[in-house]
Amino acid sequence: MFPRPIEKSGPAARVMYQIALPVALFIWLFPLLGVAVTSVRPSSDLASGNYFGMPSYFAWENYVSIFTDSPIGRYIFNSFKVTIPTVIGTLALSCLTGFALGIYKFKGNLLIFFMFVAGNFVPFQILMVPVRDLTYSLGMYNTTMGLAMFHIAFQTGFCTLFMRNFISALPKELIEAARVEGVKEWQIFWHIVLPLMRPAIAALAVLIFTFIWNDFFWATVLTTSASTQPVTAGLSSLNGQWVAAWHLVSAGSIIAALPPVLMFFMMQKHFIAGLTLGAVK
Amino acid sequence: MSMSSTNRQSRTWWQKNQQTLTPWLFLTPGLLMFAVYVVWPIFASFQISFYDYDGLSTKEYIGTANYSELWSDRAFKTSLYNNVIWLVLYMLAVPLGLMIAIFLNQTVRGIRIYKSLFFFPFVISQVVVGLMFAWFYAPNFGLLYKVIEFFTGKGIAILASPHYATYGIIAAGLWPQIAYVMILYLTGLNNVSPDQVEAARLDGAKGFKMLWYVILPQLRPATFIAVVVTVIGALRSFDLVSIMTNGGPFGSTRVLSYYMYEQALSEYGFRMGYGAAIAVVLFGIMMFFISGFVWKMIRDERGMS
Repeated sequence: MFPRPIEKSGPAARVMYQIALPVALFIWLFPLLGVAVTSVRPSSDLASGNYFGMPSYFAWENYVSIFTDSPIGRYIFNSFKVTIPTVIGTLALSCLTGFALGIYKFKGNLLIFFMFVAGNFVPFQILMVPVRDLTYSLGMYNTTMGLAMFHIAFQTGFCTLFMRNFISALPKELIEAARVEGVKEWQIFWHIVLPLMRPAIAALAVLIFTFIWNDFFWATVLTTSASTQPVTAGLSSLNGQWVAAWHLVSAGSIIAALPPVLMFFMMQKHFIAGLTLGAVK
Repeated sequence: MSMSSTNRQSRTWWQKNQQTLTPWLFLTPGLLMFAVYVVWPIFASFQISFYDYDGLSTKEYIGTANYSELWSDRAFKTSLYNNVIWLVLYMLAVPLGLMIAIFLNQTVRGIRIYKSLFFFPFVISQVVVGLMFAWFYAPNFGLLYKVIEFFTGKGIAILASPHYATYGIIAAGLWPQIAYVMILYLTGLNNVSPDQVEAARLDGAKGFKMLWYVILPQLRPATFIAVVVTVIGALRSFDLVSIMTNGGPFGSTRVLSYYMYEQALSEYGFRMGYGAAIAVVLFGIMMFFISGFVWKMIRDERGMS
């Protein structure tokens, strides 16, 4: 193990390490803590210059007021309306593509696979104008569905990479044995491979949820009004309205960050498994 | 014997070709979506970059005029220059992420919670990260402002200064990026062969020498991915610029991704042709890196099978 386990060092080193951990964490998360505290700071504190001390009381009314005085509830709802169909659509498509590329040897297999891989790296801006025009002509401009459609297509690239690598690591004998038994190809997919893909599906579901929830660029390009914008774009426009109202900006930020954070803590193992794909061989 | 041969003849066309056709049937929906929303738009953008197009009226072919305009556009040069700064400074995420990973790669009680809390910034939207750092940098009361004021007697409003604003944004971007790299290395360190480490220890290797000669070679897959995601992250730097400064002050924090958006789709005008030309340049830069990455991946893939 590297570095040398701290238990093997002297007691002084161990105590030092136990102190260093929370201190380092405090510094690391300082911007987050600051915003969390500001989100419950009453506006009177900000007015009187109390920016960093303890809030004079916990102003939960900041959270109430962002929901009553701004469309943030609507933005959150829109985010779900984009994110959930994207997760479902992407997983459906990439299970199919991953199966095709992971199981069958055919001409063009590697070429198609690397097309999906390369597509992941493309800068969004080169897609922007045509995708916006396309969404417009499909009648889906400024709708959550139009946004979800693009996300499904784009994320299929990343998910195919993941699924294909996962499937090609499955034991081939399983599929060969099924074929000898005369099991049809689609049945092999449905009854044999799909049940084995559960961990990959779980990992991608949390990952895609977070990516799409946090997307800002496409939200600003494809949606324009409060009735369709997801929370990232909404927060950006609220930030323009709440000039210097840091207690409201902070409360809004915390609310916007909450769903992916909860998702992460509930599904941590899957999340990290998805993210570190390829980091070990 | 005869049974099986009649069986073979009576197999339908579908049964005979099942194994060749199935992969294509499975690929069709995904390929179709990907072709329509990702592959075709790349070519379409190349085409649009030769037109004068405002997104509504008909396009007018103007040859390479957009590109020659770029050549003399100061804002474009600033953006390009800032992209280089982003790329160089963003690379700091790799060693810094490795440092934190090494710091946290212990087995003391509660370390798992520490690891996930250190990873936290990556889970948060860049919009929120941008707002957090804007608060941290805020003039007059922001903590960084106060700290600088304490040491030098005069605070600096980072995001209002054409000299510092880009660095301020990059620092904000590094925060989640370091967390990402850290988690890649933590996974990598978890898989370092204990035998080799022990053997090297017996040979007297320790500290930096151990890291450089024994550990890092084993972390190569993690390093590769860390570099790839960091390069992509640096070139995709749109969200933070948009949230923290809108490209300002005086356009000093523009990067190509933001400048493209500004030209093509903001209140400053709908110059989609010109925007597409900027996107093509950005695409070219990204292609330079992608082709390297994909080339390495293909080589690995061939080597494996």
